[in-house]
Amino acid sequence: MFHIPNIRTLAAASFSAAILATGISAPAHAKDAIKIAVPAFLSGAAAGPFGVPARNGAEMVIDAINAGKLPEPYSAAGFAGAKAEAIFIDEAGGNAKQVPEYRNLVQKRDVDVIAGYISSGTCAALAPVIEELQRLTIFSTCGTPRIFEEAPRKYIFRSMAHATADSVAAAHYVRTMFPDSHSYTGINQNYAWGQDSWRDFDLTMQQLDSEAKPSEKTQFPKIFAGQYGSEISAMSLDKAEMVHSSFWGGDLESFISQANIRGLFKKKKAILTVGGTAAYRLGKKLPDGIILGARGPYGILVRDRDTALNTWFVTTYKDRYGTYPSGPSYQYAQAILTAKYGYDKAMKDNGGNFPDQDQVIAAIKGAKFESFSTTVDFALADGHQAITENVYGITKYDSENGEPGVTDVKFFPAECVMPPDGETSVEWIKGGMKGAKCN
Amino acid sequence: MNSSRDWTVPGLTIGLIAAIILGMLVPDWVLSVITISFARALAVIGLLVLWRAGLVSFGHALYYGLGAYTVALLGKYWGVHDVMLLIPAALIVSTVCGFLLGFILRKYREIFFAMLSLAFSMILYGILVKTESLGSTDGFNVGAPTFFGFKFEDVQDNKIAFFSFLCVLGYIAALLVHYYLRSTLGHLTTAIRDNEIRVEYLGYSVAKAIHIKYTMSAALAGVAGACLALTLSQVDPDSMVNWTASGELVFVTILSGTGNVAAPFIGSMIFDLLRTYAFEWAPHAWQLIVGAFLLLIIFFLPGGVWSVIARIFGARRKL
Repeated sequence: MFHIPNIRTLAAASFSAAILATGISAPAHAKDAIKIAVPAFLSGAAAGPFGVPARNGAEMVIDAINAGKLPEPYSAAGFAGAKAEAIFIDEAGGNAKQVPEYRNLVQKRDVDVIAGYISSGTCAALAPVIEELQRLTIFSTCGTPRIFEEAPRKYIFRSMAHATADSVAAAHYVRTMFPDSHSYTGINQNYAWGQDSWRDFDLTMQQLDSEAKPSEKTQFPKIFAGQYGSEISAMSLDKAEMVHSSFWGGDLESFISQANIRGLFKKKKAILTVGGTAAYRLGKKLPDGIILGARGPYGILVRDRDTALNTWFVTTYKDRYGTYPSGPSYQYAQAILTAKYGYDKAMKDNGGNFPDQDQVIAAIKGAKFESFSTTVDFALADGHQAITENVYGITKYDSENGEPGVTDVKFFPAECVMPPDGETSVEWIKGGMKGAKCN
Repeated sequence: MNSSRDWTVPGLTIGLIAAIILGMLVPDWVLSVITISFARALAVIGLLVLWRAGLVSFGHALYYGLGAYTVALLGKYWGVHDVMLLIPAALIVSTVCGFLLGFILRKYREIFFAMLSLAFSMILYGILVKTESLGSTDGFNVGAPTFFGFKFEDVQDNKIAFFSFLCVLGYIAALLVHYYLRSTLGHLTTAIRDNEIRVEYLGYSVAKAIHIKYTMSAALAGVAGACLALTLSQVDPDSMVNWTASGELVFVTILSGTGNVAAPFIGSMIFDLLRTYAFEWAPHAWQLIVGAFLLLIIFFLPGGVWSVIARIFGARRKL
């Protein structure tokens, strides 16, 4: 391919160079302030269960870091000493909106770090754009394994385990707790997340249980359907002992109340892989005996974990927002903490000087540190994809304190529920989950 | 029959040159916003033609999506990345589909036309969402385009080149539609809206005229979708095929006004800039700002943004 001179240079020669100057952003050194953009659903169906708790978690931790109020070992104020300005943006509006908005964050508002994103579709859409614009971006919540399976990434990190862990851990949990139950059906939304969740769960069950009996009539209603009467009736007639569901948000809450009325939870054991987000919202309306996950060690499942960081997180959040933190609050806080860890470590490695972006990236790469509720280990995808333990429990309303709770909480180590580096999730599960260390 | 001089053609030509020059000078984020605006404007030109005939389609995201997915699938499964192949392919797919559906839709008017077109678009949406091999709700990525087998080494240069290509495409489309609207068949557009029976008595088939307009708008929306996919490097059903995408096209049509084929470019650009700033200033309430703006337009500028421009330049409104 022959060389073509840069169009900009030609344009600059032909037209006024002064106008061109507006396109170049001034380099900044020795910062005492950085900008962190936090995209989360602030409107639409995902705002209540995900976006708002997520935003709150990020806001609280950024404020605490700026004020130097985090517990040890993160008590040093600021990100490498720099105070962070949080910029919250709405993740709603589809990818056609999010791609140019991401460009705006980098090219117009010149943010230093982007930490957030809930929707898998948005993360997948943004991945090539992020690599093009070369700005440090920490995905906090989105679950699709595709991000690092499709291509190696330099500027993207994901500070929580991907969705495979949720399904694999769910299967391990029911095998441990209910070794006599072999048959299961599922109700999942008919889109990428629902299809992937069911597939991973089903494949894992078949690996773990030689007598596994998946139902032939699994339900795939469309997303945001809201009415599940016929599906619930169909599942009630099914002989399967367990029901798997990756429902989230409003769909999950409608499903729980409709299934409860029809007595589905009395007939079958329900496994709600992201039920954790609904626990506090439903309160007493969440029936006892449901197997609950929260996409990792977050939210209601780790509320009583007795570490300084977790106690600080739960009490400060409850004081400030009047409710317990749910999964997304933890996940966003964890993404912010990843940035803080990266900046602080990079400054140390840089002899106490403020680090540049490449140094921060180098510091996060492969890092392992204590987060609020668990240990985060950037072990996969060349040190860009974190793994954490996963956890499930069974709902039990605590009538004494008047709040939802969980019993029989079981943790599964990260190495047990996540595929090793270089293997895609489906290959790994189908191959018998080689190398998994579960005890 | 036009006694006052029509500045559309020289105006568009000046606009084309100005846009291409500006495209090389503006900051990167502005270029990305304008590229999206102009891609959408192509579809809005099609809606403008229907609008003038008194028809509002709430389903043009169907062709938007067809164009976008044609480009994306050609790239994914056959490795085709050249705009000279992709754009005609999208054009053919959407034109054929529009032509076939036109046989049904040309029989309906008003709310029935709107709802039926919506229904067709939601069928495609449903298929895409449920099909894993088509990316389901996540969609998939589209590679950067090449031009006659040629690709710029610098990413930003490639974007500038694509924007210039889009400007030329928009120029040609706007001119063709402009000449069409000035032809006899084109003059029937407003006549159909005013009184179909009279048009029939003049010896023209209303159904045929609407069929042509519908196919034309489908073709334009298909090309628009293809350009959008190449701009965003991404396709997904929610932002390209869902009814909200169709609604956005109608929104921009109202905002632009239907007075001139240049209006969609200006209106679409205003819409994107408005949304970008609303997003920045009010992350919790940006929809409110965008909605309020549309209400203000409807109340105070029923002819859309174009009516302001028409007044400033003293041009005679065509509607």
